[in-house]
Amino acid sequence: MGQFIQQLINGLTLGAVYGLIALGYTMVYGIIGMINFAHGDIYMVAAIIAVTVLTLLGALGISAVPLAILITLAVVIFFTAIYGWSVERVAYRPLRKASRLAPLISAIGMSIFLQNMVQLTQGARVKPIHAMMPGGFELFTHDGFSVHLAYTQIMIISVTIILLAVFSYLITRTSFGRQQRACEQDQTMTALLGINVDRTISYTFMLGAALAAVAGVMVTVYYGVVDFSIGFVAGIKAFTAAVLGGIGSLPGAMLGGLIIGMIESFWSAYLSPEYKDVATFGILILVLMFRPSGLLGRPEVEKV
Amino acid sequence: MSNTLTPAANQGGKLLLEVEHLTMRFGGLTALNDLSLAVPAGKITSIIGPNGAGKTTFFNCLTGFYKPTTGNVRMHHPQYGPLLLNQMPSYHVARKAGVVRTFQNIRLFPNMTVLENLIVAQHNALQRASRFSIAGLFGQAGYKSAREAALAKALMWLTRLKLLDIADTAAGNLSYGTQRRIEIARALCVDPLLLCLDEPAAGLNPRESAELNELLLYLSREHNKGVLLIEHDMNVVMRVSDHICVLNFGNKIAEGNPAQIQNDPDVIKAYLGEDETDQEAA
Repeated sequence: MGQFIQQLINGLTLGAVYGLIALGYTMVYGIIGMINFAHGDIYMVAAIIAVTVLTLLGALGISAVPLAILITLAVVIFFTAIYGWSVERVAYRPLRKASRLAPLISAIGMSIFLQNMVQLTQGARVKPIHAMMPGGFELFTHDGFSVHLAYTQIMIISVTIILLAVFSYLITRTSFGRQQRACEQDQTMTALLGINVDRTISYTFMLGAALAAVAGVMVTVYYGVVDFSIGFVAGIKAFTAAVLGGIGSLPGAMLGGLIIGMIESFWSAYLSPEYKDVATFGILILVLMFRPSGLLGRPEVEKV
Repeated sequence: MSNTLTPAANQGGKLLLEVEHLTMRFGGLTALNDLSLAVPAGKITSIIGPNGAGKTTFFNCLTGFYKPTTGNVRMHHPQYGPLLLNQMPSYHVARKAGVVRTFQNIRLFPNMTVLENLIVAQHNALQRASRFSIAGLFGQAGYKSAREAALAKALMWLTRLKLLDIADTAAGNLSYGTQRRIEIARALCVDPLLLCLDEPAAGLNPRESAELNELLLYLSREHNKGVLLIEHDMNVVMRVSDHICVLNFGNKIAEGNPAQIQNDPDVIKAYLGEDETDQEAA
């Protein structure tokens, strides 16, 4: 029982991180109908910047943890949003009218570029930071197994819930959200109503990058280690989460993230940690066989 | 005003759109050949012609879809002065020049409600007031009044076009005739100076089509909108048009008021073919 609750908490935390990255995937997919393969690497860049900023803040003697994390978030979101904007500008916008394969490939190129850039400039070694928020609550002990809820886990889960709420509101209720949904459904018509479609797409990439930035900061604080290659696996997992939940749907991305986090955590604990990825992708295949548009995705019905 | 301008400019309405020697070629195909046309405010100008005559190509040149091979499309904006539409990005054509079009095949946002479709069209005003959604998140007063104004405008057109009772239905689920009306209502929410309608009567039943006639006259007479109409339904064209321009294979073959067009031998030839005209003459 203790073990089960503990894995539930771990899975939720992991799932929240996947969910945050998946939100960015799904927003970008929604608006241009293409997967941003550089998204995972944007998350990696965010984590690396977070290490830099946290180390710098430590050197400056800013030791209040909430303050340090808030400053880090602000700085990382700022720089990562610029990365997101640049990716769109370099890899997508010049190919707006090209075949769908071209931007896909340029995005993969972008991903390789970002990884190598970080490896060259930051080195290939794992970057550690000292534990920022050690400790947590000991919830209860059952059969000699004590269940812990770390402060970092509380932070990750609550930040994720807040961001999901803010983004759902942004998309469904605000003028920007309506503009974005309009671009999703018909870019040409949206432009003819006087809306700057290119700018809307840029903002969406920046918002997606900002979400990846938050995930990057959270992971840095949670695990304390970061290197140049974390983007690939996280990106693939988050992509799987987005597809599992129904790509294009914000709650779907979060749900997909949580499911994948849970599967990984339970599979590692009860079965074998080596095969946790197999389990994750196995579930993806199963879900897609029975619900091709994902759990919360809207099936595409073509009217004839 | 050059001497290539047509009688439309002299019909009384203030000149709104001036098309000068517009030519559009796709490879070897000339879709539009040296078309000149003047469209005044407060009048209905129709473009007719057989299929493939270049009517929709003309609209595509107006709204920044195609960049014309040669020639200019100039919008005389009461505020900004003359604007060259063919050098503007698509979104400026609506935002700045005040030219909005509808499509032959309806292009609503099918997953949004009818009301949302109309609010999206007022995006620019809202976005300015909301400081790019940031103030909107905090419910600032300026945004609130802008939102209420947008809602009021949407409701006005919904009421005028008898769409009020379906305002909260997803647009994609509605009937064809209704979707056409929504598309016109959405275009009106942009506050256009010039409304370009591509076959708005296609697929409408006779009652709907009569209502459309009435609406077009109301918009041009009461709201002083310039209306540019592509239409095959002669019941609509002949009843509402102040001025008609006939295209055939990209060339303007005739121009004038409905009575002149109905009796123009070139037009009859283009529509009915050479032989029939001979028989008719016989």
